Amino acid sequence: MVDRLINRAGRRGAGDPAQDVESADPTAAVWARVQLARNLRRPRTLELLALIADDFVELHGDRFFGDDPAIVAGLARIDGRRVVVVGQQKGAETDENIRRNFGMPHPEGYRKAMRVMELGERLGLPIVTFVDVPGAHPGAESEERGIAESIARSIALMTRLRTPIVTVITGEGGSGGALAIAVGDVVLALENAVYSVISPEGCASILWRTPEQAPAAALAMRMTAADQLELGVVDEVISEPRDGAHTDHPATAAAVKAAVVRHLAALERRPLDELIDARYRRYRGLGAFTTLKVEPVVVPERPGFTERLRNLLGGSSRATNGTGPNAGSSHDEPPAREEV
Amino acid sequence: MPIKLPSFRQRRDTYPPDLWTQCPACQEMLFNKQLEKALRVCSNCGHHFRLSAAARLDLVLDANSFEERDPGLQSLDPLGFVDLKAYPDRVAAAQATTGLRDAAVWGFGEIGGRPVAICVMDFSFMGGSMGSVVGEKVVRSTEAALARRIPLVIVSASGGARMQEGTLSLMQLVKTVAGTERLRLAGVPLISVMSDPTTGGVFASFAALGDVNIAEPNALIGFAGARVSAGTIQGELPEGFQRSEFLFNHGFVDRVVHRSELRDELAKLVALMAPVPQADVTADNGNIPAFRPLSFLSALADRVIPESDETVRG
Ligand SMILES: [Zn+2]
Repeated sequence: MVDRLINRAGRRGAGDPAQDVESADPTAAVWARVQLARNLRRPRTLELLALIADDFVELHGDRFFGDDPAIVAGLARIDGRRVVVVGQQKGAETDENIRRNFGMPHPEGYRKAMRVMELGERLGLPIVTFVDVPGAHPGAESEERGIAESIARSIALMTRLRTPIVTVITGEGGSGGALAIAVGDVVLALENAVYSVISPEGCASILWRTPEQAPAAALAMRMTAADQLELGVVDEVISEPRDGAHTDHPATAAAVKAAVVRHLAALERRPLDELIDARYRRYRGLGAFTTLKVEPVVVPERPGFTERLRNLLGGSSRATNGTGPNAGSSHDEPPAREEV
Repeated sequence: MPIKLPSFRQRRDTYPPDLWTQCPACQEMLFNKQLEKALRVCSNCGHHFRLSAAARLDLVLDANSFEERDPGLQSLDPLGFVDLKAYPDRVAAAQATTGLRDAAVWGFGEIGGRPVAICVMDFSFMGGSMGSVVGEKVVRSTEAALARRIPLVIVSASGGARMQEGTLSLMQLVKTVAGTERLRLAGVPLISVMSDPTTGGVFASFAALGDVNIAEPNALIGFAGARVSAGTIQGELPEGFQRSEFLFNHGFVDRVVHRSELRDELAKLVALMAPVPQADVTADNGNIPAFRPLSFLSALADRVIPESDETVRG
């Protein structure tokens, strides 16, 4: 896995991803962005804070199990404003990246995040989160300690915290593992960040039956920051230095700081009830469906004894309630199974 | 050891498939009529087959008590998603096979004579995956339960978020738990029933957050999917990994309940947990208005009535 992740991050496609994002081939262009988003030299929570925050005190531990190095959290001062910060953290060097589990949090990481965000609410401090994660850690310990429960609980908490929340997707927005700390009043994304419901490799494995089709899946999922802006999932895209955020940390940090401070200032002016109401509506409105005029589905009555007997004796050719052996066997349908 | 994913194909055999079904757990050939009669539980080994939404409603609700809501919600194709097949074609195919419009059905009903809001998922519709329609139905069921102050029962059967709607599917995790969180704060109970399978984004949202979590025996319940089974995470997986009993042993499921006892369990829980009507609360305090620190939530629920006749698009 170590090799795979390093190769994946280090691999170059046709050329330099910063050039390829301009490619006329849309698949190549989106794949170049995915490579940029995964670049290990990209600034992450700690690198950004070092450039943005006047003070930062990191807090450790979830108070239940342990401390997860894949998520950092703490108290900070940004532009004179006191905030709490939560963010994912990969390592730029191999050893550090291994220590931080490639930025893939365990349940205790999300529980630490919740603890610190709740502290922010109690102290009346706004919350800033930085999101960059391939996905929550998929593994036995993660499941044993309730990775799904911790993600669900964190999302739920963020929908109701009575303090402003600004989220910045800085690199990989990997599914539920990202979303667990990415529920905000305002969601920002760096220009080369990506956000998806499943990794392109996972999506390709399921729908195209081969991970080799990851670039096609990346295109189909419309996972770039610009696409997410169009879908309403992201509210604003922050421009990066010309060759990508990894080439100029100070310029990237300055752009992130300006956007975060501007949104915090605006959010702080809003009454809390209105803020929470607006946050609910923001997510309540995300989705794409239409309403057709139709008759409700009629639930068949429970068969009486005689009918059951007749069924038993094979007198009726129809299984009750459509639960017969063929219900649900759409043969060419791959499992709509997401990954972490 | 890879996780054994649920099998999605019927076995071919010499028995006429409209009369017989082979139990995937014990290989016994089961006479379909008897399988139906046994609530689709193998009489030989107790394997719980999946249930359609209609059969599930029939199983848990009092007879003839179901009133469906929002049957006309129809998914769109916000991404123009095409893999080996176009997304609208997949939806149409699933609709034709299942007779459902999407993978969830919600409405009102009664359990043991008490009113509940209920939302049930159907795995046979695109793996029970949650896209905008499923998310919308779940959140509407939470809003209705909050407005009426009646318990909400959600029966999950899902592989997770629907990839073909991209991050809009992911956003349904937020939408749905925003709803269940309001129930929690307002003291309206959520009973989450997890059937086979309950995985990915559905498990990592409302399904994990029941005030009471119930699981059917040996259901696949877990977060991580393909990547684990692809073997990228090394090491032996524990016995019964991601099965109901594993979840029970680790404290994430309150009760593992055999299907034949599900209705009685739910009836008991609903009776024990149903919120005290507001009128009674005030009566107990004489003329003093009851202290309801989170009463604003009910007011919010009234204000957030979704646009129903048009396309809602973020
Ligand atoms: Zn069996």
